[in-house]
Amino acid sequence: MTREGWIRLAVVAALVALLEALCRGGVIPRTVLLAPSDMAVSLWQILREGQHNTDIVSTFRNVALSSALSVTLGFALGVVIHALPRLRATIEPLLASYYAVPTFMFYPVFIVVFGVNAAAIIAIAVLLSIVAMVTSTLTGLDRIPAVLRKTARVYRMSFAKRALLIDLPAAAPHLFTGAKLAFAYAFIGVIASEFILSGQGVGYAIAYAYNNFDNRTMYGLMLLVILAAVTANTALDVIDRRLQTRLRR
Amino acid sequence: MRAPAEIHARLTGVTRVYDLPGGAKLHAMGPLDLALARGEFFAVVGPSGCGKSTLLDVLAGLAPPSAGEATFEGKPVDGVPDGIGVVFQEDASFSWLNVRDNVAFGLRRAGTDAAEVTRRVDYALGFMGLNDFAGAYPAQLSGGMRQRVCIARTLVLQPRLILLDEPFGALDQQTRLLMGDELLRLWRETGATVLLITHALDEAAMLSDRVGVMSARPGVFIDVVETGWPRQRDSRIVSDPRFGGITARLWDKLRVESLKIMGGAKP
Amino acid sequence: MRRLGDFILLVAGIVVAWQGLHWLAGDVALTSPWRTLLRLGALMQSETFWGHVAETGRAFAAAVAISLAGGVGIGTLLGLSRTSAIVSEPVLLALYSLPKVTLYPLVLLCFGLGISAKIAFGAMHGLIPVAIFTMKAILQIKPVYWRTARALRLTPRQVALTVALPAVLPEVLSGARLGFSLSLLGVLIGEMFASKRGLGFLITNAMGLGDIATIMAVALFISVFAIAANAALLALERTVHR
Repeated sequence: MTREGWIRLAVVAALVALLEALCRGGVIPRTVLLAPSDMAVSLWQILREGQHNTDIVSTFRNVALSSALSVTLGFALGVVIHALPRLRATIEPLLASYYAVPTFMFYPVFIVVFGVNAAAIIAIAVLLSIVAMVTSTLTGLDRIPAVLRKTARVYRMSFAKRALLIDLPAAAPHLFTGAKLAFAYAFIGVIASEFILSGQGVGYAIAYAYNNFDNRTMYGLMLLVILAAVTANTALDVIDRRLQTRLRR
Repeated sequence: MRAPAEIHARLTGVTRVYDLPGGAKLHAMGPLDLALARGEFFAVVGPSGCGKSTLLDVLAGLAPPSAGEATFEGKPVDGVPDGIGVVFQEDASFSWLNVRDNVAFGLRRAGTDAAEVTRRVDYALGFMGLNDFAGAYPAQLSGGMRQRVCIARTLVLQPRLILLDEPFGALDQQTRLLMGDELLRLWRETGATVLLITHALDEAAMLSDRVGVMSARPGVFIDVVETGWPRQRDSRIVSDPRFGGITARLWDKLRVESLKIMGGAKP
Repeated sequence: MRRLGDFILLVAGIVVAWQGLHWLAGDVALTSPWRTLLRLGALMQSETFWGHVAETGRAFAAAVAISLAGGVGIGTLLGLSRTSAIVSEPVLLALYSLPKVTLYPLVLLCFGLGISAKIAFGAMHGLIPVAIFTMKAILQIKPVYWRTARALRLTPRQVALTVALPAVLPEVLSGARLGFSLSLLGVLIGEMFASKRGLGFLITNAMGLGDIATIMAVALFISVFAIAANAALLALERTVHR
């Protein structure tokens, strides 16, 4: 690990230790926040006893499905839009200002349409994350250096061969960035939806625990989400950086 | 030969040592001696990494010497002294200000009154041929124009010593030659002392009164060549019969040092 | 002129697609554009609606202010040293992609059920991108600017105000624009979960009643505001970008 990596680890550990001390010392009351060690114990118990296993599986499945849908549909849309410059010019303002709109507020619409189930959650999660994939695909296709396309013509490659052997690898770093973003937004969308209204899932379980004053369960599950989010996003980010440095000229 | 002139700036036994991560030390430059006569044009050449920029930093007060002393107008250098102007290698023009505001920047920060600012800025813009571009922004200008803006910005402060660190490095050869002529004009009309760092031997040979050749790191002067040119000169001096000899002598010394850097063949 | 034509085409396209979806899904699922506009018109004539707008507006304004001040402050402090920037960046990015709604119960427990919880939640969302953008901008100031400032013998205050600030302004504005949108999202989510007032509450309330028209109308109102504000901020950014 780099020197900065060690410093970072030390800083985070120090902050957690500080939090632990403040909680144990009574400065932060137990009714507000549990000590980190208590959260960890609660999480361990939840995992071991398994009473929230269906929730965890449900959330995991929703995140996986929505990410997969966003990435594939987003990529397909991106390819199509890239091939039709006129369409692209017209849609451009929509794509550019998409994330200015708090799209999540449309979740209730999906609830009314699909009812309180996974379909509504996946729908809003896809809606939230798909545009990140579309714009990344467009950027990736834009950034394929013209000289590579000219090389393909010198080799007299067919469209399919060029797309597979040249376009895809050349655009890969940007496509992966798009997938990384799509995953992050899908994750946020799923958890937020489950939290607001749902019958199942980790977000739902946290909200349920909150409404029933069950701080132990609530914080245990919150810790789970934090750990899962940080691990997954950091892993994707590391791969993203490696791809960027390796493939970019 | 010129009459001996007063010493304007001096480096005595100056060394500069950097601390590297991991505890090692990098001996970048020195021990080095330099005596700049008032009003002279002195060029410094040397292989890459020999510490030419470090020399400028110490002289300008941008970096303290690890050993030895730097003086300007008889006083030790502590921080950047009043009366010194610096033109850097990279483009230092502020992208958010137009040319006029860029040139006026230093004067305004120093609290000069508005009328004086306008007078000096107008003069500098005219001198550097920037009148038509006074309202333009750096992003709209070529590299050469931007360097002119940086030189103008230094000029308005009426420095007595002007230090230039490879100011024309990013420019093409023809622009370099023309900028060299402009620099000479500047030097003559302001009467300032000029220290020019350059990697281009022909530039050093044609522009300066004296050329200091630095060794490979840690850089020290291994030769100082007097060109003996008249004060009234420009780039056409290249056709003077002595020019070839001067560049030859510079390259002779420099080639050995450069080969040391490249870890290469026998000199 | 072509841009305007394209824009009209885009709006028309959205309306057409909307209408099409309405025909497909039925009135229960999605109100038509026309009905939505009517409902919005009715809402905008009611005082209670504007009361909710004011509530959300107050929380949002405060959240944005805190995001900007806090984000620029933290970003500047972290960006001044290369080490602190490298150490902090992954932490800030992790916080950025964290589903912050999970932390909302903690916010509620700290601030209670009033407007302060919403402001805190909105600020949590908006502060992080502002901090990240500011930090990176400060880090990326051309080193020659620092050297020029020293060569011109500027005081620290002059360096900060006349060199550093203008140099980072474009990036900071980009971050602020992002922080603006995210603060709005944070405040709305806060209202959707635990509030008796505000536009977010209006939406969840309408959802409980199956009142799609109101949901769509309020969402349309918010969308128009968000897009207009974003366009204005973009225009501001363009004047500064050089």
